[in-house]
Amino acid sequence: MQITQAKTAQSPWRLDHYFVPLVIFLGLLAAIVEAARSPDPRMVMQAWTFGACMAAFGAWYMKTYVGRTPADEKNFYADAVIKAGVIASTFWGIAGMLVGVIIALQLCFPHFLYFPDLPWTNFGRMRPLHTSAVIFAFGGNILITTSFYAVQRTSRARLFGGSLPWFVMWGYNIFIVMAGTGYLEGISQSREYAEPEWYADIWLTLVWVCYLLTFLGTLWKRKEPHIYVANWFYLAFIVTIAVLHIVNNLAMPVSFLETKSYSLFSGVQDALTQWWYGHNAVGFFLTAGFLGIVYYFIPKQAERPVYSYRLSIIHFWSLIFIYIWAGPHHLLYTALPEWAQTLGMTFSVILWMPSWGGMINGLMTLSGAWDKLRTDPVLRMLVVSVAFYGMATFEGPVMSVKAVNALSHYTNWTIGHVHSGALGWVGYISFGALYCLVPWLWKKKLYSNALVEWHFWISTIGIVLYITSMWVAGIMQGLMWRAYNEFGFLEYAFSEVVLAMHPYYIIRAIGGLLFLTGTLIMAFNLWKTATSGQPVAAAQPVLAAEAA
Amino acid sequence: MAKREVDEVSGTETTGHEWDGIKELDTPMPKWWLGIFYACIVWAIGYWVVYPAWPTLSGYTHGMLNHSQRDDVTANVAALKSARSVKEAALRDASLADIQRNPELQQFAMAAGKTLFGDNCAPCHGAGGQGARTYPNLNDDVWLWGGKLSDIQHTITVGIRSTSPDTRQSQMPAFGHDGMLKPVEIGNLTEYVVHLSGRPADAKAVARATKLFADNCAMCHGADGKGNRSMGAPNLTDNEWLYGSNREDIADQITNGHGGEMPTWGGRLSPEEIKALAVYVHNLGGGE
Amino acid sequence: MNHSWLERNSILLLIGIICVIAVGGAVEIAPLFWVGGTVEKVSGMRPYTPLELEGRNIYVREGCYVCHSQQIRTLRDEVERYGHYSLAAESMYDHPFQWGSERTGPDLARVGGKYSDQWHKGHLIDPRSVVPESIMPPYKFLFSTPLDYRDVQALLKTNREVGVPYTDDQIAHAKDDLIAQADPNGDGVDAFEKRYAKAQSRNFDGGNGAEVTEGAALIAYLQMLGTLIDFKAYHADAPENRR
Ligand code: HEC
Ligand code: HEC
Ligand code: HEC
Ligand code: HEM
Ligand code: HEM
Ligand SMILES: [Ca+2]
Ligand SMILES: [Ca+2]
Ligand SMILES: [Cu+2]
Repeated sequence: MQITQAKTAQSPWRLDHYFVPLVIFLGLLAAIVEAARSPDPRMVMQAWTFGACMAAFGAWYMKTYVGRTPADEKNFYADAVIKAGVIASTFWGIAGMLVGVIIALQLCFPHFLYFPDLPWTNFGRMRPLHTSAVIFAFGGNILITTSFYAVQRTSRARLFGGSLPWFVMWGYNIFIVMAGTGYLEGISQSREYAEPEWYADIWLTLVWVCYLLTFLGTLWKRKEPHIYVANWFYLAFIVTIAVLHIVNNLAMPVSFLETKSYSLFSGVQDALTQWWYGHNAVGFFLTAGFLGIVYYFIPKQAERPVYSYRLSIIHFWSLIFIYIWAGPHHLLYTALPEWAQTLGMTFSVILWMPSWGGMINGLMTLSGAWDKLRTDPVLRMLVVSVAFYGMATFEGPVMSVKAVNALSHYTNWTIGHVHSGALGWVGYISFGALYCLVPWLWKKKLYSNALVEWHFWISTIGIVLYITSMWVAGIMQGLMWRAYNEFGFLEYAFSEVVLAMHPYYIIRAIGGLLFLTGTLIMAFNLWKTATSGQPVAAAQPVLAAEAA
Repeated sequence: MAKREVDEVSGTETTGHEWDGIKELDTPMPKWWLGIFYACIVWAIGYWVVYPAWPTLSGYTHGMLNHSQRDDVTANVAALKSARSVKEAALRDASLADIQRNPELQQFAMAAGKTLFGDNCAPCHGAGGQGARTYPNLNDDVWLWGGKLSDIQHTITVGIRSTSPDTRQSQMPAFGHDGMLKPVEIGNLTEYVVHLSGRPADAKAVARATKLFADNCAMCHGADGKGNRSMGAPNLTDNEWLYGSNREDIADQITNGHGGEMPTWGGRLSPEEIKALAVYVHNLGGGE
Repeated sequence: MNHSWLERNSILLLIGIICVIAVGGAVEIAPLFWVGGTVEKVSGMRPYTPLELEGRNIYVREGCYVCHSQQIRTLRDEVERYGHYSLAAESMYDHPFQWGSERTGPDLARVGGKYSDQWHKGHLIDPRSVVPESIMPPYKFLFSTPLDYRDVQALLKTNREVGVPYTDDQIAHAKDDLIAQADPNGDGVDAFEKRYAKAQSRNFDGGNGAEVTEGAALIAYLQMLGTLIDFKAYHADAPENRR
């Protein structure tokens, strides 16, 4: 492997050294103005939270950059920010899944787990906390972290932008804090997976543009003639999320001193805009981005070439083209005009093979190395995740068929589908990546393979309990709602169906608890690896930059 | 620069590129994969030809079937209604005696009433019609407005103190709240009501309240306290209570009057459904 | 296959991606703004009263949409259980829409008038006291928290900016109307009822009427859901309503 000089020598005119402090300064200023002037107590709380985050970021930035060059900048690759991302994603993963277990238990034991005088503990506020924490906090940090790692290695270039990647990391996590504390305070736009209010949306837009810039800039700097396929997926994920985020969050704030805003669109147009966003949050956040992980981590860990370059090309372009059309499958049989429903349904079915293209490339990359699945639980986790991906993307098109959706919509079947994707696919691929990254970054041997085995099996049982219970519950729910007795009248009252869900809710909660247990085992294992694992020789080129 | 080589394991050529040690094979796309992909596209095109699918500048393509799911559901509901229509018509016109004579009709009404009751009435009157505080028990033979089939049917149709213009209406005055009676008097009346229900009460207070009751309450609850169904005034002698049996509850009722709302179902449910519900409620145990 | 020009130039790749992802959204979403009949012509729809709008904000704030849909699909059992299927017109003043995606609790599109205010209050304070099998959270605090309506005028104004046809008159009297609706004994009720057809003015939370609680606003909102459209004047089989 060729070793190249790092070009990040300290120039006194580095733009990021002005940009980042300026943003921190303006952020602080905005927080102070809001806190001082806003008549809205929720906005004041958010302003204090944001101000505190900015202060922490500012203090860290001063300590790290003022008058000195952090050690990491002397390395060829920017890895310190990736280490931070590893820690952040593990932390948020645990937090998000813990909230998942809590809300799952709330639906089982409403007598004990609701607190009439504590609004923030209510299901309606905690559920968005769960979805955002697992998707955006856990998943998002994983995506940023792995993309930073992979793009550097596959471009043979240091991350672009000096301290800009640090701004992305801090900024993104500050967004998470704002969103999460906001939900608990009752700040929500009620757009699923886009609940944060206008000011948090604007902040995220800024951070995301910087993310795009960092990523693209690294591609510009690359030493490889070609852009590796993982980076196509990461790039598609980053720009598309930018487009989706901006359009879906178009809203008019009641005042710049208040949290509340009203979306620009209404009714049926708003519904389709939201599900164009919601579905493609799945398609580009939870799919394209994570496929980037597949394309880097599986061949690395299996030490095998990617199965088919041609398949990569076709499934990449068809996937991103077709995904966009499928949003209306969230609105079948609603007041959305039928022609749009048809397009949503048919494109969802066409989407089946482009999705499976990724699964084939992931699985078949193992040909010639299948035996490693027995010995390497990390690789097994990565590969099983691809299998779950295949399952979820088969189930999805099936659920998009109108006749099926007539039954499944509004039921726990959707929840089962979500979690076969979320736990099996997103969860496992993320765990696999973390198990790879910690030893690579800290240059240690993984503390315990046996614990990975434990993690794998406990959480697999958890997933099985979760998704089978929700399938049974969902199908039962759908059938009970539409059941007719022999005289042609509805057979069950709504509340009878609520009651029938009880046992399945309990099984789901147990499944979730097992999955969370697995994650805690992982966190312990990773912690031990980083702090007391056996050191291994550096596998990656590390080179001191020229002295400034 | 692209240096193609052959991968030993699979015997396939690589593309010759390498990133961080990762290479790519130049395997052709699986045939079955392409085949299913094309098949899905062909199926979709067929679907577009037949069903409404593509927006145009002024409308959308209606497809050969000119399909509309709104027509479908209207037709489906109509078909169901027509399948039920013979029995529904019979039910609508049947008297209580007819229904009791005809077990099939009775079964039909009960089948219709059960789920309607669960979705519409149970939230207030309880899943088994057992009622709750302020929501009357529909299982017992204590009736505010009457327990005959026609009474029940009428109550459900128009509601009680509801938004319907024809609602059953009556309101016990808030004697205490509106200053019509003094607290002492209310205390005495409370004892009187307790006494009416056959429980031990302070005899002196009862004596002091006798005239008060006759002057203020008898016009609705009757001189004997047995109630008056034309006004929905409950029987105070049966020791069955809507607002609670203890002295505080009774004093509270005299002070504030209450007057719960039973919604009107005339606009929401069809006459047949209401009739079925009336039969269902009548059958719960207390029907007259 | 000549893909390498895209693989070698990140900007071309970026532009390629943007072009490819732009198509689907544009073809599906944009026509909804012009294809006739997307939003049916109906009689009876009006913007929310100030109190209802405040109640709706609480509905959004508390995340009721995570359990309750407000969208009756064109399926027989739904129409039988919940009433006429939802029209697009019924949510045309909804910024944002509240159709929901789960039915952990029942659909609420036509819950208005189904129960009494008193029942709603009891149910919101402690759902299991009235429906023992319920798994809905309790919202007791709504009835001890006074509604903060200092900015109600701004709420209406913002809604007008995003397209809800509030009149100057309605905006000017937003606060009076809010108070009038919550306290039917005060003055201003007549003027209020003239400004908002079919609006119901009551003491929704059974309190003293002088202090409007958040609970009162939420109940006012729930009680108007699905009550506006005059279905007698709506012809489902008219060609423009078929879609
Ligand atoms: C919002 C709560 C509520 C709902 C829903 C409700 N009721 Fe009632 N119902 C009441 C109340 C309150 C009363 C008693 C009114 C009074 O105090 O006079 C009542 C009274 C009645 C009575 C009269 C009882 C008597 O003793 O005369 C009948 C019959 C009845 N309800 C049947 C039904 C049926 C059938 C349904 C469903 C279609 C239903 N109710 C739904 C609240 C409700
Ligand atoms: C205008 C008619 C009217 C008058 C006068 C009236 N009541 Fe009533 N009373 C009613 C009605 C109607 C109800 C049922 C309230 C309801 O259904 O919500 C009722 C209910 C009650 C109850 C509650 C019964 C239960 O089941 O919980 C008591 C106790 C009572 N009245 C006592 C009195 C006394 C004592 C007086 C005289 C001081 C009085 N009422 C005068 C109409 C009247
Ligand atoms: C955890 C899920 C959950 C949340 C969150 C929730 N509900 Fe419910 N809701 C239910 C369930 C389950 C039922 C059915 C049982 C019952 O009547 O309580 C229900 C019933 C209702 C009903 C009665 C509907 C009918 O037709 O019988 C209303 C009205 C209602 N909820 C309003 C609300 C409002 C307003 C909020 C938010 C402030 C809310 N709900 C939040 C689960 C929920
Ligand atoms: C070919 C791919 C897929 C298709 C066609 C598809 C289709 C669907 C359908 C039809 C629904 C139900 C909509 C409804 O009835 O409300 C749904 C819901 C959902 N799917 Fe998928 N799915 C696919 C893959 C995935 C994957 C890989 C994930 C990853 C986690 C995922 C996550 C979700 C989520 C989160 C929802 C819930 C949305 C909501 O809040 O209602 N899907 N999907
Ligand atoms: C410990 C593991 C988890 C548990 C116990 C859990 C539990 C839950 C529960 C109870 C709900 C609400 C369901 C409902 O309203 O009926 C939910 C929703 C959801 N969860 Fe999880 N969850 C877990 C992990 C995850 C992970 C790892 C992800 C994503 C990566 C995820 C993504 C989601 C999404 C997208 C929804 C919303 C689904 C929808 O609206 O259709 N969950 N989860
Ligand atoms: Ca948002
Ligand atoms: Ca959802
Ligand atoms: Cu989707």
